[in-house]
Amino acid sequence: MAKESKIVEDVTVRFAGDSGDGMQLTGAQFTETTAKVGNDLSTLPDFPAEIRAPAGSLSGVSGYQLHFSSSDIQTPGDSPDVLVAMNPAALKVNLLDLKPGGTIIVNTDSFDDKNLRLAKFNSNPLEDGSLSNYNVIQIPLAQMTMEALKDMNLSVKEKEKCKNFFALGLMYWMYNRPIDVTLKWLETKFKNKPEIMEANKKVLMAGYHFGETTEIFTTRYEVKAAELPKGKYRNISGNEATALGFITASLKSGLKLFLGSYPITPASEFLHELSKYKNFDVVTFQAEDEIAGISSGIGASFAGALGITTTSGPGFSLKSEALGLAVMTELPLVVVDVQRGGPSTGLPTKTEQADLLQAFFGRHGEAPLAIIAAKSPADCFFAAIEASRIAIKYMTPVILLTDGYLAMGSEPLRIPEFDELPDIDVKFRTDPEGFYPYLRDEKLSRPWAIPGTPGLEHRIGGLEKQNIYGTISYEPDNHEEMVKIRKQKIDNIANDIPELEVDGNDSDDLLVLSWGSTYGAIREAIRNARKKGYRVAHAHLTYLNPFPRNIKEVLDKYNKVLIPELNTGHLALLIKGRFLKDVIQLNKIKGRPFKVAEIENKIYEVLGGTNGN
Amino acid sequence: METKNLELKPKYTAKDFASDVDVKWCPGCGDYSILAQVQRTAPDFGELKENIVWVSGIGCSSRFPYYMNTYGFHGIHGRAAAIATGVKLVNPKLQVWVATGDGDSLSIGGNHFIHACRKNMDIKIVLFNNKIYGLTKGQYSPTSEKGKITKSSPYGTVDFPFNAIKLADAAGATFIARTIDREPKHMQDMLKRASSHKGLAFIEVYQNCTIFNDGAYAPLTDKNTKEDNVLYLEHGKPLVFGKNKDKGIKLDGLKPVVIDLNDGKHSVNDCWVHDEFDNDSTRGFILSRFIDIENMPTPIGVFRQINKPTYGEEYWKQVQDVKSKKGAGDYNKLMFSMNTWEV
Repeated sequence: MAKESKIVEDVTVRFAGDSGDGMQLTGAQFTETTAKVGNDLSTLPDFPAEIRAPAGSLSGVSGYQLHFSSSDIQTPGDSPDVLVAMNPAALKVNLLDLKPGGTIIVNTDSFDDKNLRLAKFNSNPLEDGSLSNYNVIQIPLAQMTMEALKDMNLSVKEKEKCKNFFALGLMYWMYNRPIDVTLKWLETKFKNKPEIMEANKKVLMAGYHFGETTEIFTTRYEVKAAELPKGKYRNISGNEATALGFITASLKSGLKLFLGSYPITPASEFLHELSKYKNFDVVTFQAEDEIAGISSGIGASFAGALGITTTSGPGFSLKSEALGLAVMTELPLVVVDVQRGGPSTGLPTKTEQADLLQAFFGRHGEAPLAIIAAKSPADCFFAAIEASRIAIKYMTPVILLTDGYLAMGSEPLRIPEFDELPDIDVKFRTDPEGFYPYLRDEKLSRPWAIPGTPGLEHRIGGLEKQNIYGTISYEPDNHEEMVKIRKQKIDNIANDIPELEVDGNDSDDLLVLSWGSTYGAIREAIRNARKKGYRVAHAHLTYLNPFPRNIKEVLDKYNKVLIPELNTGHLALLIKGRFLKDVIQLNKIKGRPFKVAEIENKIYEVLGGTNGN
Repeated sequence: METKNLELKPKYTAKDFASDVDVKWCPGCGDYSILAQVQRTAPDFGELKENIVWVSGIGCSSRFPYYMNTYGFHGIHGRAAAIATGVKLVNPKLQVWVATGDGDSLSIGGNHFIHACRKNMDIKIVLFNNKIYGLTKGQYSPTSEKGKITKSSPYGTVDFPFNAIKLADAAGATFIARTIDREPKHMQDMLKRASSHKGLAFIEVYQNCTIFNDGAYAPLTDKNTKEDNVLYLEHGKPLVFGKNKDKGIKLDGLKPVVIDLNDGKHSVNDCWVHDEFDNDSTRGFILSRFIDIENMPTPIGVFRQINKPTYGEEYWKQVQDVKSKKGAGDYNKLMFSMNTWEV
């Protein structure tokens, strides 16, 4: 039967199943293939904090959402068009997010009494009519997988484990994707397990062919390649991008990169990623705890390396005292905080932006430092380079804020040429003539004099220093002067960073001011609002401390300023407090990123229109 | 790594290692002796002055780096070993020393201490043990004896003390020694030995706090009593002590026993002969427990010194291995080598 092929601009799919069902892997493969096809894309995995919650339970559902398009996109999509549900629990957890009238592909083999009970369904949703508003496609995935592998000499369990590839093959058919990227991946992945490789290949192709031959499907969809700027691309997650950014900073500066880190969700992938790059002279030190992570980083910086440490909320708290030490000793150091839902252990695998005020003020004493935030998974690459540049140039700790959504989400990165990236100059002090440890240059940075340099032997530490000379000083005027110098040094960074850019016009009715990972959703929301005739401007802060030098000027142009944040209003508090500017807040604290529609609706509410003007 | 040319090394004296900062410990503090012995022996550390780094935490002991004319880092409470780890890992040619105390390394920084030992970091830790918190004015420390009356334990402590030597050995340190502030020559010997050790060298220094715990080690330092209470460990020599060298230690199974060498029944041939380089930790463990057993003398000297690869050595070897397989990294390899596509 010839099948219709329909061209669509933009699709969101979500794969969901038990955390042991291989959903992350399935999603990642679909992403890899989709990237090769040339679509713009954005992904968001969503998995439980438990490694293997009881099979079939609601708490054990693991999901992976992918948004791909033939035009420019910024988010993983508000609601999926297609949900692949491997079991009743996956259906239950994800159904509410699905678009009305969306497609559900279910593995009917798992809809038995036990799994229905585990998913807390009172009756079978495939039979009771509760899904009548959706296009439900019922496939006995497990049976079909077994059938495809009936000639193979593998255990039932091994065969059963291949069923996610049946779903993947089917999705490849549905969206007209080539299967060779995954076939090639299987060859490398299971090089030493040819039987498993063969089985997965067979099942993948069986899924693909099923789409073609079965009469369930009458239509397949095509999403054309997006028009992206020319260049070489790779798909990249935020954690990967951050790691590669720091290695690039190390190459740019000629400094050895040292990471002191203790594993913590969702920052661990960064440590994993960086540990692979030993041939770049990278030192990755898996420390005994969070405090040793940052302390060893400070030691490494003292000795002349680019010291960094990575963590998430609870670990960020533990690093506070050492951050103060880095402020006092005026050494370069970058702390990456991959924010997650808090307080305390909170929501380890979920996203939030509630560490901003801690980054600003979470140390005793007057301890200002530079803070920057990445806005998208690929942007983490550039943010890491910029954080390193500032740390080195200003001899200061820098906090780089990302979050769970950026860290685990992915999108294509157009890979810049090395020369397109900023230079990072390092000047170690070598001349003993006139050397003092706290001499200041025109930016107020002190010299970096590293052990091993003859004639520059000196002592630094956490006690207050005599300005210039660096000796211990408890003198009242000196302390006040040093507090002011340390602050002024950070403020001086404002002269070295771009002005805050506004996307929009001075006469627009509303300015949306954002920071961090909300960038994508806000951009899409504003685009939609403009299409409907609303006059909305957007400014996004990469630099939070110091703020760009023209921020007040920008704020003063608008009567209405909306600040959407995944917290109770951290940036809003700072803007109100510092600039006496009243702002409108949109706050969400659900451990999930903003949906585009949530921002859009707030814009309509603020500007008084109804959806559609 | 740079190779050092020691022939061209300046001939240092103790003065070269004294900084111009006034030393501010209390008069009579045992720390003065430690500083003097370090400055006296530093010319023999086999290292250029600019390649020596002293790192410390917080406490009286941790003011130490300010007084040394080398590179120095006065860190935060308990974290000296972690800071030193970062220094050493990125620049293996540096000789890194840690000055710390019983509170700094055995209480607030206990975790860093045991893990530095476990990893056999190539750093040297000198622990000033005065069995008291001095800088905070007299609370009990994790090495204070049970029942100790202090400001924070007016009715006596109810907790048991750490045995630093036992802890260091159990955690994996590869050079473990004890000395006493009032034994300058012995301390110098220990410092020199530690300076040439490859791996984590730990020296516990019994140090008298004249203000808050004066006389804590009096039995080991008073002329009249010390020889009956101190056992000098020497490699290959029998464990003999006492004013007239008339007492010895023998091992009765795993139990150490003091024997009288003049009782006609025992001779020096019955004594346990000390083997510093014993790879088996059993005897070292027994030795470390002497201070916890009544009527046993307190051993000072090198308990154990063993040869084990250091963390840094192994790390940089791995880097070389990876480099020889993958080639040195560059930007193109980093960014363009995998899963890219062209638009």
